[in-house]
Amino acid sequence: MKSFNYTITDPVGIHARPAGLLVKEAKLYDASIMIAKDGKSADAKKLMALMSLGVKQGDTVTVSVEGGDEGTVAAKMEDFFKKNL
Amino acid sequence: MEERSGKKIFGGIAIGKIKLYGKAENKVVRTKIEDADAEIKRYEEAKAKAIEQLGQLYEKALVEVGEANAEIFNVHSMMLEDDDYNESVHNIISTQNVNAEYAAAVTGDNFAEVFANMEDEYFKARSADVKDITERVVTILCGGAEDSDIGDEPVIIVAEDLAPSETVQMDKSKLLAFVTRLGSANSHTAILARTMGIPALIGVDREESWNGKIGIVDGYEGKLIIDPEMPVLEAYFKKKEADDEQKQLLLTLKGKENVTKSGQKINLYANIGNPGDLASVIENDAGGIGLFRSEFLYLESEDYPTEEEQFQAYRKVVETMGGKKVIIRTLDIGADKQVDYFKLDKEDNPALGYRAIRICLTRPEIFRTQLRALFRASAYGNLAIMYPMIISVDEVRKIKEISKSVKEELLAEGVSVGEVEEGIMIETPAAALMSDELAKEVDFFSIGTNDLTQYTLAIDRQNAKLDAFYDAHHPAVLRFIQMVCDNAHKVGIWAGICGELGADLELTETFLKMGLDELSVSPGCILPVRKAVRDTQ
Repeated sequence: MKSFNYTITDPVGIHARPAGLLVKEAKLYDASIMIAKDGKSADAKKLMALMSLGVKQGDTVTVSVEGGDEGTVAAKMEDFFKKNL
Repeated sequence: MEERSGKKIFGGIAIGKIKLYGKAENKVVRTKIEDADAEIKRYEEAKAKAIEQLGQLYEKALVEVGEANAEIFNVHSMMLEDDDYNESVHNIISTQNVNAEYAAAVTGDNFAEVFANMEDEYFKARSADVKDITERVVTILCGGAEDSDIGDEPVIIVAEDLAPSETVQMDKSKLLAFVTRLGSANSHTAILARTMGIPALIGVDREESWNGKIGIVDGYEGKLIIDPEMPVLEAYFKKKEADDEQKQLLLTLKGKENVTKSGQKINLYANIGNPGDLASVIENDAGGIGLFRSEFLYLESEDYPTEEEQFQAYRKVVETMGGKKVIIRTLDIGADKQVDYFKLDKEDNPALGYRAIRICLTRPEIFRTQLRALFRASAYGNLAIMYPMIISVDEVRKIKEISKSVKEELLAEGVSVGEVEEGIMIETPAAALMSDELAKEVDFFSIGTNDLTQYTLAIDRQNAKLDAFYDAHHPAVLRFIQMVCDNAHKVGIWAGICGELGADLELTETFLKMGLDELSVSPGCILPVRKAVRDTQ
């Protein structure tokens, strides 16, 4: 399993629009991608679960990638977070 | 006559008939079914149709309210494709052998509840989106059509709540105002009201008896008046007339050039304090951002903002502005803007103290971090950097050395950096007097008239006792502005104003005569200044 931490800089957090983009991105990969915050976690491929984490600006999330080409996928996801969140 | 107050969402005055709006509620009945698979198929078909409708709504909204607001319908589509949501519907149908309408309604209620219980206002408001998508599928399953007909005459819509799909489908020419009980300042209805420029209030409990009565919505005062008495109505007709005139005027100025009758042009840019102001920058048709105060990053933080945090914030702003110029001022902490973690000493005379560039030059690590973030962001748009509180040529040379080494450091790391104009604020009498020398060192001047006036006249503007002595149009300040402008032009750089004086309509003609290249004003002042420019010979 590969994982990384990321602190959200987007002023409204993981709101609907970036959450939608994130789901689209995550669905490109076979690997399982989980986003965790304060002990709660959500599948990055599920929009509502992701939004119900209520991730806000300044929150740090842990993104874990398992299976598939996890190294590459984790790097791609990290890139996505930096660009969009 | 009755009067209710609510929370203001958008200003403006509306007078007209009240229409209580409530969509025909789908009554969902739980019925047993025989063939669960067929029922699931029926649900999937309805869902596909709903997604198709959302695609059409997106297209419609795109034209009417712009991409940012239309995006919600794409989000709705994605919500409908959510695995958990669909699994829940499928499960209810197959384990309980019940109809798709019921399964979808129960699922929608459950998911809406999750969002409604969240603390954050933004996420709380998403509960309405879940209800909206569910209602859409249920309506299709029930074979009903959406009813968003609001009648033939213009009305004030008073509703419990409004879904974005409802507001988009309403005939805009018949909408005078929105008044709802639910919803928030972040709800899409609120955003749509702002985009459409019609008054809106939330937090108003409605009464059935209001339907069809004359109402007044005062979006400035946050009031709904039902069945107004004659004098009140007359007063509001006058108020509305003045308001409409102003709005109309401004509307006609959007997209127009800032050019005088004799053909002289000037750039009108916006002053902003944080990325949240970008919407109003675009709404008011600013040609760029003439002053982006970077302090918000420091003031809203508990510790020094990192390079990455700053980079993301700057990048967002330049990207949002497309290719338009964004002038970002390096931090101006100190004086009246204090931040605990900077651990600045108390000063007897903070306005003449340790602030702005003086902090940057003595604590270069803070300055370098900000410059790295700015140069990195410059690759994503048209970014310019402006340094505040300059008094000497020597300071500017020191700044340029630091900025040059930061740029080289980034290039050596293989980071791309865009073309960046570097300029200074002229806000001290020293800088104004030295502007001939300073002009040779920089790409532009932006005159900070607030501080320049205070330092030139030696008058503290916070002190009301001095009002009698204070003159915003003092000839000393105007002479300084002329001098700075002339010195800039002598060496071929541009000069502008980013202080409050820039929005002073009595001076617009004077500034044009002086030959200033740019005025940067608060977003709401752009169109009035544009008018003043266009009215000038």
